[in-house]
Amino acid sequence: MKTDIEKANQFYRDMLLIRRFEEKCVEMYSREKIRGFLHLYIGEEAVGVGVMHALSPEDAVLATYREHGQALARGIDPKRIMAEMYGKMEGCSRGRGGSMHLFDGLARFYGGSAIVAGALPLAVGMALADKMMKRNRITVCFFGDGAVAEGEFHESMNLAALWHLPILFVCENNRYAMGTALEFSHSETNLAKKAASYCIEAYQVDGMDVEAVAKAANTAVHEIRAGNGPVFIECLTYRFRAHSMFDAELYRSKSEVEEWKKRDPLLLLYQKYPNIDIDKYENEIALIINEAITFAENGTLEPVEELEKFVYTQEAIL
Amino acid sequence: MSTVITYREAVRQALREAMEKDERVFLMGEDVGRYGGSFAVSMGMLEQFGSERIIDTPLCESAFTGAGIGAALNGMRPIVEIMTVNFSLLALDQIMNNAATLLHMSGGQFNVPLVIRMATGGGKQLAAQHSHSLEGWFAHIPGLKVLTPAIVQDAYDMVLLALADPDPVLIFENSLLYNTKGELDTALTPLSIGKAQIHRSGKDISILTYGISVFKALEAAETLAREGIDAEVIDLRSLRPLDDEAIMTTVRKTHRVMIVDEGWKSGSISAEIMARINEQAFFELDAPMGRVCSAEVPFPYAKHLEDAALPRAETIAAMARKLMEEL
Repeated sequence: MKTDIEKANQFYRDMLLIRRFEEKCVEMYSREKIRGFLHLYIGEEAVGVGVMHALSPEDAVLATYREHGQALARGIDPKRIMAEMYGKMEGCSRGRGGSMHLFDGLARFYGGSAIVAGALPLAVGMALADKMMKRNRITVCFFGDGAVAEGEFHESMNLAALWHLPILFVCENNRYAMGTALEFSHSETNLAKKAASYCIEAYQVDGMDVEAVAKAANTAVHEIRAGNGPVFIECLTYRFRAHSMFDAELYRSKSEVEEWKKRDPLLLLYQKYPNIDIDKYENEIALIINEAITFAENGTLEPVEELEKFVYTQEAIL
Repeated sequence: MSTVITYREAVRQALREAMEKDERVFLMGEDVGRYGGSFAVSMGMLEQFGSERIIDTPLCESAFTGAGIGAALNGMRPIVEIMTVNFSLLALDQIMNNAATLLHMSGGQFNVPLVIRMATGGGKQLAAQHSHSLEGWFAHIPGLKVLTPAIVQDAYDMVLLALADPDPVLIFENSLLYNTKGELDTALTPLSIGKAQIHRSGKDISILTYGISVFKALEAAETLAREGIDAEVIDLRSLRPLDDEAIMTTVRKTHRVMIVDEGWKSGSISAEIMARINEQAFFELDAPMGRVCSAEVPFPYAKHLEDAALPRAETIAAMARKLMEEL
């Protein structure tokens, strides 16, 4: 068993990796090495890191288009993630997915879905398969507060509860569905209450406090593995950066963002554990990111002749 | 050994055999269990396989279709039954954005061995929201395969072919065919996905079609034969992939072509087939191509209007006569 201090160090390191990795992505975006959409997780790192620490390697993870954090926390090689951003063959989706569609079979990481709430039904099916085959593993599905307004969310909650499936639903409530605030989207802004109305064990947790998230996730995973059905955790968090690289942030004030930054998950953890050796992690992570950039820069562009590969399996395995 | 059974029984027999052979196969959809299937296809299967493998779902096409995709990703071989094609529109996001894309988006890592069956077609006075033929629409989407069994043998074979395929396969069963009878020989090697079949050989004009229109075309061909016109009737069987080779072969044989398609004409699969013939066999044609499609209206309830909206043996024969008079 790890001590709290050991765990805190691990959390800090993993959150810092996400923070610095994404800052590098922004730099590479402005240098036009990375294109398309780039949705940053900065500010929300405690959610992905806290939840991932509660999982086993055989569990499955599904996430959204804002999934760099989950992918890194799940242990996908940062080099392969960066190469994906660069659109290179060595990327974790071979350059076919980009920032929004990171996949990795070894990590059982099933993307990266860019249709809001679109992964929830997939999670239901994955968990149904595990239940039918009596496998002792769970499926974790991340989604935002915006997804909770979608029909697929409600259909999926109903099925998961009705069929008593081994799923952990993680709602990352960052208070905005792109530019529309929670109170303009939801008649009931306590989203856990919506899940609870489907007879799902549901609670809210401070999504800026990585220890609180990890604790809640551990309890939930324990319950799910015991066969007690799905659990819904609503993590109250905040996105420090714009929705994407095209967002002028007209819908929220700078002072609101600054207020939330006082509860930066890295800062909160450091305040509680002032002995964390930040410099050590900064140095380690700087090396990892440099390696990732070098790897991505040196990566291969897929030959255009292979354009139509991966549409059907037969062609994909040739 | 061959037996004569209904189309419905042929689908059911294939489902049963697949589930007996492979524990990963299961059937999921609205009213597939206790009700026995809205077209009685899965009647008796709940009793045989239990509610864990014959799963009655709530009315949530998007979620249960998506759940089929998820289960397929996680090692199962699900068969999702969508009651009728019009309800598949509620699952279109899952079919197009997930089932059709996951293999590609994941760089070849995650295939989706999912079968989706649904009833299609008009002709039962069910009006504008229950009479669509949207199979040609789904054939637009790379990543999917689209099958349209017309004969009893295919009703059986195509379920098994689809289950053996590593990618998502959609099967469109015209609901008017469920009661039709035909021969089934389970010992036959099935004609593979993407292969068309000649149901009537002829030398004067080719009628390319699929699904229930195969029978309308065969009826028209008999009428035409009495008038001295020898029509070849080709069942496309699969709308994606299309059997270009079989299509061009018949064009080179008869030099006159018409297409019968119960979809609306604009942007239809018939338009796609004409375009391919234009690209690949234009100089083989002795006359402009023709087509008989559904009228460009939401389907009406009144019988005489609905009849007028759908391709019929008479309209098919009339089009053939017109094309024979060209040049």
